[in-house]
Amino acid sequence: MKDPQPSAADKPIDWHRIQRDPDFSALVRSKARLVIPATVFFIVYYFALPIGVGWFPEFMEKKIWGDMNIAYFFALSQFLMAWVLAAIYVVAASGWDRSERTLLAKFGYTSKH
Amino acid sequence: MFLAFVAATLVITYFSARKSSGASAYFAAGRRITGWQNGLAVAGDYMSAASFLGIAGMIAMNGYDGFMYSVGFLVAYLTVLYIVAEPLRNSGKYTMADMLAYRLSPKPVRAAASLSTLTVSVFYMIAQMVGAGVLVRQLIPGISYEAAVVGVGVLMVVYVVFGGMLATTWVQIIKAVLLMSGSIFLSVLVLREYQFDLGKFFTQLTAIESTAPDGTKVVRNFLTPGLIFKNPWDQISLGMALLFGTAGLPHILIRFYTVPDAKTARSSVVWAMAIIGLFYIMTTFFGFGAASLMGPDYVQANGGTNMAAPELARKLGGEVFFAFISAVAFATILAVVAGLTISASTSFAHDFFTNVIHHGKEHRPGQEVLVARIAAFVVGALAIVIAIILGPSVNVAFLVGLAFAVAASANLPVMLFSIFWKRFNTNGAVVGLLVGLASSILLILISPDFMGENAIFPLKNPALLSIPIGFLAAIIGTLLSKEVPSEDKFVELQVRANTGLGAEKATEH
Repeated sequence: MKDPQPSAADKPIDWHRIQRDPDFSALVRSKARLVIPATVFFIVYYFALPIGVGWFPEFMEKKIWGDMNIAYFFALSQFLMAWVLAAIYVVAASGWDRSERTLLAKFGYTSKH
Repeated sequence: MFLAFVAATLVITYFSARKSSGASAYFAAGRRITGWQNGLAVAGDYMSAASFLGIAGMIAMNGYDGFMYSVGFLVAYLTVLYIVAEPLRNSGKYTMADMLAYRLSPKPVRAAASLSTLTVSVFYMIAQMVGAGVLVRQLIPGISYEAAVVGVGVLMVVYVVFGGMLATTWVQIIKAVLLMSGSIFLSVLVLREYQFDLGKFFTQLTAIESTAPDGTKVVRNFLTPGLIFKNPWDQISLGMALLFGTAGLPHILIRFYTVPDAKTARSSVVWAMAIIGLFYIMTTFFGFGAASLMGPDYVQANGGTNMAAPELARKLGGEVFFAFISAVAFATILAVVAGLTISASTSFAHDFFTNVIHHGKEHRPGQEVLVARIAAFVVGALAIVIAIILGPSVNVAFLVGLAFAVAASANLPVMLFSIFWKRFNTNGAVVGLLVGLASSILLILISPDFMGENAIFPLKNPALLSIPIGFLAAIIGTLLSKEVPSEDKFVELQVRANTGLGAEKATEH
């Protein structure tokens, strides 16, 4: 199950050399700096809804705009939260794409896109 | 209208069949699907009849609680976007098992991954087939449940066997567009009844009259949570299944191999999130709309919960709109079963047949595709037979719940460990997959869905317990084995997953 190697390299890729490169560890760290806190955040934010609805119903049933209560707005805000986090990810990831290209170019691999 | 959709999709299948040759074309549509196309297709794969008809019905009958499902379905995509999509695309060829087999001993890992993939797909598919049978019977008088199941089954087999991934993708795209336009139109019709005044719309919902099971009339505020979900732990468990299961659903994961690179995989998740989010917000308009314009009793008396959305369309838009919404629901089911069939048959052909039985080599060129076509046929036939044996009255919600729970408890832990945990080994992966799978099934068998009031396990969805069990099993399995996985391979996977170096490229024209 050998995969075809990228066109730039005829000889096998030296994965270790890339992995030891400081730019590679910087890239991995930069990803972790966003992914880990964001993941913790959306898990907490999401479960706050069933926890709130399940154990603090009086609070969640408070009306805040017309007949719409906190529970409803909180559920709606989850959609907004998901879209905002997705947008943040896309912005951050385009930075990672640039670092990736620079890193790979350093080792002589040019990506074609 | 059914016929127009069927005819259009068959034409697509015909052209796809002429275009697609070779394994990459058949399994991954040549990796040439663009971001927005794949986004629509992911959304198409995901927005099943259970969401369209089921959630609308649930909101129509019991209000707010149904909306909680909608929230989980969207937020789950953050797990896909942040954790799974890009590494998966960078390090695999056709299936989830490709990523696992990188570092670990391929045969046992692929066999176990293939088993869990097939289980998830087949359970999910049977749920959809039963739903399809019931729906078509209600929509077209004179067609029996059995005939409807066979009809849906035959169509999906035709798409997958002849058209492969390209045809399946276009079926998803068309379906997603139809579903979105139908939903938007229905939502607008609902809001028009209230002169587009949201305040008025929501005020109506505070006093919905319905008949309780004991025959007395009750008036309930449909914006109040907790009208059906009495046990908060049920909600937590369901939420876990959705949040962590979506990222392990094989028919969603397989879609990321149809795009040229990780960047496109990312943009397709974002497209999907926009579409899925809008769709689930709209379910509240027609769910709540059905509750206030028709009332739960009317819904119950006219086709039951699942027919709330089509009946609402009939009431607001007449017979033509009823036919359109019904055709959309039908298209939805067809597209989802086609997506499931292709993921099941790909896993069987690529993971089990080629890599386990034939040691990773094709004996003859084209063999893998041939096996996948045969597998699609067999899986389709099997699903038809099981759906007919189970009959129209089986509870399909638990089948879907099971699919999500297995995906979360078996697939997700091993995927995460194989990217992030250096010590993770073959034993851990196999034990994790099998124990995650077995514990989900076992917990469902002793849950209230199966045992009623005497259930040993109190929750409807096993995820709360089975996900930790899946993770623990993978950890314990790893530590019990002396096998030390190759450091080189871990380094290689890290570089691949993070940079996309060496990833599968689009096939040339």
